Amino acid sequence: MDLFEYQGKQFFARYGIAISPGDVAFTVDEAVAIAERLGYPVVVKAQVLVGGRGKAGGVKLASNVDEAREHATNILGLDIKGHVVHRLWIEKASDIAKEYYASFTLDRAAKKHLGMLSAQGGVDIEEVAASDPDAIAKIWVDPVDGLTEAQCRAWVDAAKLDPEANEGAVQILLKLYEAYVDGDADLCEINPLILTTEGEVRALDAKVTVDDNSVFRHPDYEEYDAIQHRDEREEAAHEKGLQYVGLDGSVGIIANGAGLAMSTVDIVSQVGGTPANFLDIGGGANADVMAGALEVINNDPKVKSIFINIFGGITKGEEVANGIIAALDRVTIDAPIVIRLDGTNADQGRELLAPHLSDRLQMQPTMLEAARTAVALAEGSAK
Amino acid sequence: MSIFVDENTKVVYQGLTGSQGKYYGLLNRAYGTDVVAGTNPKKAGEDVEGIPIFATVGDAVAATGANASCIFIPAPGVKAAVMDAAEGGVDFIVVITEGVPAHDEAWFYNKLERDFPEVQLLGPNCPGIISPGKCNIGITAGHIAKPGGPVGIVSRSGTLTYQALYELQQKGIGVTTCVGIGGDPVPGTTFIDCLTRFEADPETKAIMMFGEIGGSAEEEAAEFIAANVTKPVVSYIAGVTAPPGKKMGHAGAIVSGGKGTADAKMDALRAAGVEVGLNPTEAGELMAAIVAKL
Repeated sequence: MDLFEYQGKQFFARYGIAISPGDVAFTVDEAVAIAERLGYPVVVKAQVLVGGRGKAGGVKLASNVDEAREHATNILGLDIKGHVVHRLWIEKASDIAKEYYASFTLDRAAKKHLGMLSAQGGVDIEEVAASDPDAIAKIWVDPVDGLTEAQCRAWVDAAKLDPEANEGAVQILLKLYEAYVDGDADLCEINPLILTTEGEVRALDAKVTVDDNSVFRHPDYEEYDAIQHRDEREEAAHEKGLQYVGLDGSVGIIANGAGLAMSTVDIVSQVGGTPANFLDIGGGANADVMAGALEVINNDPKVKSIFINIFGGITKGEEVANGIIAALDRVTIDAPIVIRLDGTNADQGRELLAPHLSDRLQMQPTMLEAARTAVALAEGSAK
Repeated sequence: MSIFVDENTKVVYQGLTGSQGKYYGLLNRAYGTDVVAGTNPKKAGEDVEGIPIFATVGDAVAATGANASCIFIPAPGVKAAVMDAAEGGVDFIVVITEGVPAHDEAWFYNKLERDFPEVQLLGPNCPGIISPGKCNIGITAGHIAKPGGPVGIVSRSGTLTYQALYELQQKGIGVTTCVGIGGDPVPGTTFIDCLTRFEADPETKAIMMFGEIGGSAEEEAAEFIAANVTKPVVSYIAGVTAPPGKKMGHAGAIVSGGKGTADAKMDALRAAGVEVGLNPTEAGELMAAIVAKL
């Protein structure tokens, strides 16, 4: 789950990482009150889970109350790449001498934690990595040992920051590592990490992604669930506990297992169709889950046909068939359905489905033929 | 032959007294797996349909000679369960549980590497492993796999693994061992671990490798294949059309920062001489053609 900048800064602050004084505002009046309290100049920052806020006009400096009101008014409700701004972070402006970059994430290949530190901050780190890879000092930390102060100092030296920033950077990076591990983060990024004209090192931005799987030991993370960027369909699927990703096409997809669901999306594209979604209903295919999945897909106005792709493993074909039949009794489906049922006891399952077949509910023996049929149906009804 | 597990594998199920552990533990036993014990610190001395329950894996090993463990413990307890298994003396640990925090996975992977280098971890979030006709540990439906070889299978996805097993069975092709390495960011067993074993196994004559988007494990496998694998390899990669930045069901199946795309993985595999199918069926057909020529 991704955190808003202000949530990331509050997360950092819990681990003692220096941030600029500030507060979150949901209305223009709140924003102005915070600005008045902080004293000018302040920065008014849109809180959205997407990059490129500055270019989109979502970050503005205010030198007085009128400017604070004007910027807050303009930024609240602003649409930044499909993300509408509902919250602002109002922060005391900083006197920036230098901008650096720092982050921790998991290096999946090395199976170690990877720290990256660069004297070139405030810009896209991917671009730095491409144009000047030597400008990024990397450190691989064994999760069992953790990051020692000596390692951290050597790493900071290697990054060639300004000498007056070194001590502050070491202290902040040790805390950042602690936040990353203790907070079960997938990513902790500070860009820019700044050196102020007074010689202080501080996090001017915060990009934090926490591990969805760690909520059992961080119950407070549940609040982040509500702010994740989901479209209406994704929200509905999420409420039903379904693994769903919205796409733009016309063939609705239901499959059991993440790999098979991805594969189904692929094959629909390969035969010239456009998938409307990825939807994994898990290993089984009982009536409740199937009905929920069909409801979510049925509410997608772009869907012109539905492809149900089930491979019975331990869940037997007849159980899958009964699940589909029961679900279809409960939900009225607008689009024609194509089923491909294979695996354990698929024959028995197909026999059970046979009496229910019609123009609106077809069965195909293979994934490829089912995909072709679903695509043809989607295109036919689109005309 | 088979890799990692065979008819001599004796398995202790951690979490055998829970609903999932009991269901699959008994299914595995019915398949023919030598299920020798279960663990539950609160139920030591009891049994599950004749399978004795011990407090720890160490106790189970001492009493039964168990040499592998299968973990069905809920995610919060997996880290401790993995260490209980390693300290208890088994040398193969299968973690079926999904939803294990990535920091836990990274920690116990490195801890095992350092303190228990002889232990092979499989998973978490994997369907398990089956050497058809000999041993089935996990949630794979055993009857969809034809015993005997000549194909070895390794896959990140459970259902695609079943699909592969089933397609080979339909074509009358047997499997030495099928390993589901799972879809998490830090898998205990990698493609390369399995490729190494399959290459060394005389009964495995060809290898099927199913990958998916996210990470760089397929690219690393491609490099390894080019340098070390003499047997033919057929591959399929799921997620060609996956949008960037979205987790596709599995925690590790995500294209981020333009990295981990299916296209890049397929290119790397093709460059290593691997035959790449565009869907699981096509991969099955490619494998059938290879087996016909063996």
